[in-house]
Amino acid sequence: MTNILAFSETRLGELRRAGLETVTAARQVADATGGQVHAVLAGAPGVAQHAARLAAHGADVVLVLEHEAFANYNPEALAATLAARLGSGYRAAFFAASALGHDLVARVAAKMRLAYASDVTEFVFQGDTVAVAHPGYTNKIVQRFTLKATPALLSLRAGAVLPMESPKAGAVEAIASAIDPTAVRVKVTLTEKAAGGKIDLGEAPVIIAGGRGLKEAANFKLVEDLAAAFGNAAVGATRAVTDDGWRPHSDQIGQTGRLVSPDLYVACGISGAIQHLAGMRTSKTIVAINKDKEAPIFKAADYGIVGDVLDVLPVLTEAVKQAKAGA
Amino acid sequence: MYLSLALSLGDFTVKLAVCIKRVPDMEGRFKIAPSGTGIDEAGLKYDMSDFDGYAAEVAIQITEKLGAGEVTVISIGPDVVQETLRKALSMGAHRAVQLKHDAPVSDGLAIATALAAELKDGGYDLVLCGRMAVDTQNRSTGAFVAELLGVPLISAISQLNVEGGVVKARRELEGAYELVECPLPAVVTIDEGIARARYPSLKGIMAAKKKPLEVKPAQLGAITYSLDKMELPAERAAGRIIGEGKDAVPELVRLLKEEAKVL
Ligand SMILES: Cc1cc2nc3c(=O)[nH]c(=O)nc-3n(C[C@H](O)[C@H](O)[C@H](O)COP(=O)(O)OP(=O)(O)OC[C@H]3O[C@@H](n4cnc5c(N)ncnc54)[C@H](O)[C@@H]3O)c2cc1C
Ligand SMILES: Nc1ncnc2c1ncn2[C@@H]1O[C@H](COP(=O)(O)O)[C@@H](O)[C@H]1O
Repeated sequence: MTNILAFSETRLGELRRAGLETVTAARQVADATGGQVHAVLAGAPGVAQHAARLAAHGADVVLVLEHEAFANYNPEALAATLAARLGSGYRAAFFAASALGHDLVARVAAKMRLAYASDVTEFVFQGDTVAVAHPGYTNKIVQRFTLKATPALLSLRAGAVLPMESPKAGAVEAIASAIDPTAVRVKVTLTEKAAGGKIDLGEAPVIIAGGRGLKEAANFKLVEDLAAAFGNAAVGATRAVTDDGWRPHSDQIGQTGRLVSPDLYVACGISGAIQHLAGMRTSKTIVAINKDKEAPIFKAADYGIVGDVLDVLPVLTEAVKQAKAGA
Repeated sequence: MYLSLALSLGDFTVKLAVCIKRVPDMEGRFKIAPSGTGIDEAGLKYDMSDFDGYAAEVAIQITEKLGAGEVTVISIGPDVVQETLRKALSMGAHRAVQLKHDAPVSDGLAIATALAAELKDGGYDLVLCGRMAVDTQNRSTGAFVAELLGVPLISAISQLNVEGGVVKARRELEGAYELVECPLPAVVTIDEGIARARYPSLKGIMAAKKKPLEVKPAQLGAITYSLDKMELPAERAAGRIIGEGKDAVPELVRLLKEEAKVL
């Protein structure tokens, strides 16, 4: 029972970065403990085209579940299929700590009556157990658990393991749904990209976030311009801003919004309330622009500029454009 | 309005249950207790977990809109959870059940087993949980409850519509959303954005005193995993202010390039 399963998330036919992170994590474990990495790809016919990338990231076998009924997320059929597969003997299974991953791992765990660890930031396989770090208390406390059950089920926080190439055979094996995927109780009738954000917050290496200091919704244009100058940036917001309807709820970062960990987080006109920090304090580099030098965001930031965002942002955008052009 | 309702009234009374966890206020600074596996509770304020507050609000709004129906709030824990249940009653829930258990438990399956035992024969049309408890952040209880009850689950919903025996919900994804439906009875777990928990009115607080609050022993399931240790995350080094206004931009760009290497 040394094989490791990695669920590779896709959406609307596209492979998500999270789907490579789970394969990379599984590869790390398999390299240390022996055994193979089995990646699972599910979707509408055609989804198998991503098998090569999973192989490049370390999948020995790619289990492909292709069926029209998986064009949208099909939670019940997928959970039944994975639970059946895992029941046949695996050491562990990695899911992404994403909206889909959290829904799916909980269903699989419930079917198997197994505890699982969600949103894991560290994991160590030791003999029959897995020690994990799982953030709690709005990320103010690290909870360390030992999972004793086999398979150990984990959802992996975005960025906890970065996708890494490690080419393996990636033999494609078609698998069937464990239940009739059209005769399910829970049906996803539509999946649609949210208006606005082009790059997903969870996947973006750079996030430019705006708060009430931007004064009005129209000024988010300045935030979007800076994001565009970086090219690989997504736009985030505080709850003050999403509450006022300046930005969609899906852009909210913090305790009750998205938890993000980009390489660079630029906080524009954000006070740095504890609930906001809860969602972004693990970012690698944090920049704050705020006119109040006492704003708590400066305590969390690596670099701060005291000043009016409306003045600073256009200049910063130009400077970033030049830096990118020169690079 | 995120919550819309078109339950055909008449022949049935809708029965709703909300699972509520009592958690410390997240505003403060936490200290780890000497045991190393819990937090130091001294001086902490407690309230219902944020998402459970939204769930209670959703359930109460459903009965208000219908002008009928009953909301039962359920919490597992020591007697102090009665205070949290009373708050839900003062918001407008109709009855409360404390499943008494004195020791803290962080095991989602054990918790869900006790909740399911209570919910099983209650004839509930819809059971609402929070998307996650803000302390443990396990995110598992709702799914375990649904599985143990054998009913469908829709998790982390941001909009809800109950129409002719069908739950229609919206789930927020990373940079996208999906619409999901399933038949009643069902379990849903509530995300943010759907409804903000109301502050109890004085009238509500008075009314709550007369509402039924039943206490029963919790029939917890076996503990499948345990907490080894709690730690405070490593502190970030204090940042520095590099300058004022737009004149500081060149220095910022230099630091992002040379020091942070993110540009
Ligand atoms: C249960 C609960 C959950 C919550 N969850 C979240 C969450 O998930 N995410 C979240 O973000 N918040 C959350 N909040 C809200 C949080 O407490 C704060 O209210 C919110 O983060 C503040 O947003 P803000 O920084 O945009 O606004 P404010 O706090 O109003 O700050 C605006 C800042 O902009 C600065 N400013 C003003 N004008 C300018 C200018 N011209 N140039 C530069 N700076 C300027 C000001 O100095 C100030 O620091 C939650 C609150 C509660 C109670
Ligand atoms: N002790 C408890 N009593 C009642 N409900 C609970 C309890 N613990 C968890 N729940 C419910 O389960 C949800 C998810 O909790 P968790 O799985 O721990 O993140 C919470 O939002 C509550 O609705």
